[in-house]
Formats: sequence, structure tokens, C-alpha cells
Amino acid sequence: MDFGDSPEELAFRLRLREWLGNNNPGLPPSSTSDEYWAGQAAWHQTLYAAGFFGLSWPKEAGGHGLPSVYEVILDEEIIAAGAPPRPSVGYLVQGLLRHGNEDVQRRFLPGLVSGRDRWCQGFSEPDAGSDLASLRTQAVREGSEYVVTGHKVWTSYSDAADWCLVLARTDPEVPKHRGISAFIVPMGQGAIEQRPIRMINGITREFGEVIFDGARVDASNMVGEPGEGWRLAMTVVSHEREPGELGYVARYGKLVKELVRAVKERPDEHGPESRRDLAWALVEAEMLRCHVSRRLSDRLDGVSHGPEGSVDKLLMTWVEQAVGHAALSIGGAAPTEGDDTWLKVYLYSRAQSVMGGTSQIQRNLIASRILELPIS
Amino acid sequence: MDVRLSPEQVTLRDAARQMVDRLCPQTVAELDDTERAGKLEAAVVASGWLELRTATDDGSPWATGVEVAVVAEELGRGLADTAFLGPTLAADLRRLAGAPPGSTAETIALGADLSEPAVALGGTLGPGAVALDAYEATSALVLLREGDEYAIGTIAVDGGTTSVDLTRPVASCSPGATVSPIEGLHHPLGPDDLARWRGLGLAVTCADLVGVMRGAVTIACDYARSRRQYGAAIGSFQAVQHLLADAYVATEGSASIALHAAWAVDALDGRDALVAASAAKAYCARAARSVCETAIQVHGGIGNTWECLAHVFLRRALLSSEVLGGVGANLARVLAAHGIGGGDGLR
Repeated sequence: MDFGDSPEELAFRLRLREWLGNNNPGLPPSSTSDEYWAGQAAWHQTLYAAGFFGLSWPKEAGGHGLPSVYEVILDEEIIAAGAPPRPSVGYLVQGLLRHGNEDVQRRFLPGLVSGRDRWCQGFSEPDAGSDLASLRTQAVREGSEYVVTGHKVWTSYSDAADWCLVLARTDPEVPKHRGISAFIVPMGQGAIEQRPIRMINGITREFGEVIFDGARVDASNMVGEPGEGWRLAMTVVSHEREPGELGYVARYGKLVKELVRAVKERPDEHGPESRRDLAWALVEAEMLRCHVSRRLSDRLDGVSHGPEGSVDKLLMTWVEQAVGHAALSIGGAAPTEGDDTWLKVYLYSRAQSVMGGTSQIQRNLIASRILELPIS
Repeated sequence: MDVRLSPEQVTLRDAARQMVDRLCPQTVAELDDTERAGKLEAAVVASGWLELRTATDDGSPWATGVEVAVVAEELGRGLADTAFLGPTLAADLRRLAGAPPGSTAETIALGADLSEPAVALGGTLGPGAVALDAYEATSALVLLREGDEYAIGTIAVDGGTTSVDLTRPVASCSPGATVSPIEGLHHPLGPDDLARWRGLGLAVTCADLVGVMRGAVTIACDYARSRRQYGAAIGSFQAVQHLLADAYVATEGSASIALHAAWAVDALDGRDALVAASAAKAYCARAARSVCETAIQVHGGIGNTWECLAHVFLRRALLSSEVLGGVGANLARVLAAHGIGGGDGLR
């Protein structure tokens, strides 16, 4: 039982610390600025080239095959350096590793892991949100290709993406969960229209909707077997719920550090209420750091992903929204001059209880699969 | 980093779990069963768990904060009505001062609001001090102020007992009681010693709170599976399921931050151990009250009766929360650690 570093871990930490000291691009917080998203690809590639990305992924996937606890060290040092968080593509990597055949893995993992290729995820639809399995986008076989028709929404980073991991119905005759297949669709074609969606904090580079109007994808870009799409979706969303996978420990650590600085710079402006909100944000962020350490240590036994991902998602949501409330207290709810960064951080935090499966869906999963309460 | 319990720690946890399941009260009525309580006390004493923080030859404790927390969590889960917190903190205070071990019945005295250790000035105790875990305890440790440092002494525990917690009595100490210095005291306690000791106290109470939360969630889920309304178990309704899911999640978050605090007691310097424990205590104290309130709510009318164990969990949580400071005091410590509003600094 040791939260401390082994000699190997310490050596890695010191090497990483020195590198971060010289290579921090100093991007603004991810949740507040299109500038972050413009610079994120380069940061991904820089981290990868230096050997600090994909630490716990298998070597054949372009990772480093290290124990998953190294991801915690990366997050802690990113916080200490005030560097941008690591890009969140782990859930896509895990989906391809688990469900993709050798050919798909060989063709797509290197570009995904290195940051050469940008990806988005076409799961949700206007009429298929929490009830994802009711999705209506269709993929119809034509020779060696499939033709994709449908409407996807909440497709993050679709404007910059080279590839979209699309869930589409390939068999309308079977029960809804079994008729779905997954495809890696090339975004650069005329039959795909991408529209940005402006979020409540004003940023336009993260969210989008995508219209597939007879888009074409080679049959060899199917991930898994026909009808395996639902299982792939469950793999992806279970990883998408995990702060350890997402690197969010660093995201929150960085935000609270900046909030502390804001209070210390102008102590007279921040009264007991703001300070209490800040204290809770500090405590919540620390909880998540400890929790991710615990989860990733458990994985040293080879424990696989189960319903505890829903626990992690709710904890992560509580942290993000506590940080959001501290940002609102400290930055002011109605800033009348200058910088409204903290207001944007707050507004963005409301999405965390929806994205990757709503908090209500997570509670349903915990109730049935962990607490074993009866099904209604 | 590998924060899994060691095989020895798992064995310790399982032993504590078995003892708790065999000898702890299963109903409110069983709290009055003195024969059962006597067996539990004897078993805890015989196991050596009250001496985990006594000194080895080199002054380090026999067991780390993690082992203490492992036992404390199980005792909290089972509503163990026997001394653990008081004797453990007394043993650690003697160890830090280089004093010889006391009796396992020795406990510690705190100020009236439980947030600080009791301090005697000029050899006598001021008003309002109380002794924790005052079952059979006949003496309690207090701090004796000597400039910026502290010695330790004992006072007789002779006052009447009262406690919000039905499982752990608290006794008042007579104002003006004479403090007996401890013979064989090797050195006074400095700031780092006291920070580490507070860190231990907070970490042990966090572990107790985690156990209390686990116990409260368990009885609430059991009730939700068996109680039927509208022709269905109430645990099948989303409104009830979501309350219980939130309680479970709060318990897991608490377990993670409490584990870190328990590790920090011996792995970090005293100040950092106290910082880690303060964050954990604020988190666990807030969570525990909420989780126990949920347990009462899920039990409906029954939950508001004396015979339902839900309030026994809540009461135990309230006492553990206040020992060495609850939510407010520990949030202040967290801010002070970041250089905000520290006043006289972190303590």
C-alpha cells in the first residue's frame, strides 16, 4: 500500500518534469477557449513524439506498455507544470483494441495514438440520446462499400476530424441492440456535412452535428463483426466515463491551482463564500486524484472495466461542477468588465452531467448492477 | 505507486470483519446487551488492536496509519460499541513524546467542542474538557503547554457520560482537575509531532466514517429490497434508487481520499500528513451526514423511530465528524495549506 513512487516511477517522474519545464505550450483552459482546441493537436503530437503519450497502452498500439499508474504520474506532473491536459482519445483506442481486427488496428491505431489523425465519434442522434440503441442512421451494403445515411449530434471536434467512428444500423430486422455496426468513416467527402454547435459558454470548436447523406465507407473499415456495434459502444462509453482514461485529474488540478492564484492575488475581493467554494473545489479535486490512484492500482490485478465506471463518472462530475461553482464565486456571476474565463468554466461544467451518459443513467446502472436493487 | 492493500492488510481486514459480524450490535435493542459488548471489548483488547500505535524500539509505531484505518473502518461499519479511537490516539501521543506505554484503557481528552486536544495551563485543566471512548477509561491524556511545545500528562476521568453517539460514550472531566505529569517522558511535542498526531486522529475518524457509510448504505439497500408499496419493492423506484446510488458514490469517493490520509500519516512529514487528512475529513464528514440522512429517508417512518439502526449510524457519524474538527475547521486547514486565510498557520 503505497501512494509514493517506486524508484522506476520516480526516475520517470523526474525525466517528465524536466521535459514539461521546457515544452509547455501554455494553452488556455480547455473549457473556455477555441484557442485551446486550435493548439491541442500540436500538443498531442509533441507529447507523443517525446514518449509521454499512451503510457499504459500496449506497445503494438503505439503505447508504452507501462502499468496504468504511470498515467497518474503524467497527470500530476502536468498539474505541477501548469501544462495542458493530455488529449482524451483513450476511449477510442480501447474500442479499437477490443473490437477491431488486426487490419483495422494496424491501419488506424498509429495515427490515432500519435495525434497525426483527428477523430470524432458519431454515436448520439437527435432522437437517440440516453436511449442510444434506438439510433436510426443506416449503413447499406453496396459492393465493397457501405452507404451511410443519417444525422449525428454532439460529435465533439467534428470540424477538425479526419475520421468518425460511426454507429449505424445494418440490420433493421433484428432487435435494436443487435442490428448496429461500427464503422470508421472518412470525413473528407462531399456527402458529409459538418455544422458546429455553439455551447452555452460560447465556444464553437468542440461541439458539432454531422449529416451523412449517402457517405461511403469501405467494408474493411467496419470495427468488429456486423452487429457488434452495440458492444463496441459499451466499451467506448465505459472508458469515456473514467477520469483515469480522460486525464481529467490534471484538468481539474490545473483549474483549482489557477483559482487559488486568483484569490491570493486579490484576497480582499474574495469573501468567506468564495473561499468556501474554493476549499470544496480543492478537496474534490484531491479526492479524484486519490480515487484514480485507487482505480488504476486495482487494475494492476487485471481487473476489467465494469459498472464501477459509473461511480467514477459521477465522482468526476461532482468534481467538475464543484470547480465550476468555485469559478463562478471567484470570477463573479455577472462580470461587467474584461475577462469572463471563470464564467465560461462554470457554464461548461454543466455539460459533465450529460456527456458520456447522463448522471441519471449512471445512477440507474449503479442501482441495478452494483446495489442489485430490483428492476422496476 | 500501488495502493492496493497488502496481503497482511487484507488478512487484518478480514479478521476485523469477522469479529464485527459476530459481536457487534445487529439491532438497537442489542446495544443494551452488556454480555455481548463485554465479549466485543475483550476480543478487541486480545487482538492487540489498541496497541497498534505503541512504539517499537526505534520509536516507530507497530503498525502504520493504514492498518489502524483498516480496523477503524470495520468497527465503524459494525457500530462497534467498544473503545478504539481514544486508546489509539493516546498510544500515539505517548509514542510521539517518547513516553512509556500506558494502559489500553487510557484515552484522550479533548476540548468541549471536540475540535482540539484538551490543554492544561499551570498544571490544572480548564472547564469543559471531555474524554473520548469513556467506557471503562479511568484516565485520559491531556497536553501541558510549555512555551511553543507541549508535554503530556494524565487526568482522572470521573464525570458523568453523555454522547450523541449511542455506541461511544464521552465523559466530562472535572474543571480544575490536577494533571499528573507522566514519568519517563523523553521529549516535548513539537509542531511536527502534533501535526502528525492530528493527521492520525483525522485519518482514523475518516476511516470510521467510511465504515459508518458502508453500514448505512447496506441497511438502506436491504430495506429498499424488502419494503413493498404500490405492489413493488421500493428499491425498484428510480427516485429511491438514485438516492442510494448517490450514497454509494459518496462512500466510494470518501474511501479513496480516506485511504490516502491513512497512508500519509507515516509516509509524509507531519504537516503534509495533516493537509492530506484535513481534505479527507472535510470530504468524509460532509458525505457521512448526507449518506446517513439518506438511510433514514429510505426507511421512511421507521427511519425516524428509535428502534431503527439508521439514526445510530447518523449519531456515530456526527461524533466522528466533530473529533479534531469537522467540515468547517478542515476546509480552513485546506485553505491555509494553500496560503489563504491561514491566520496563525496550519494546526
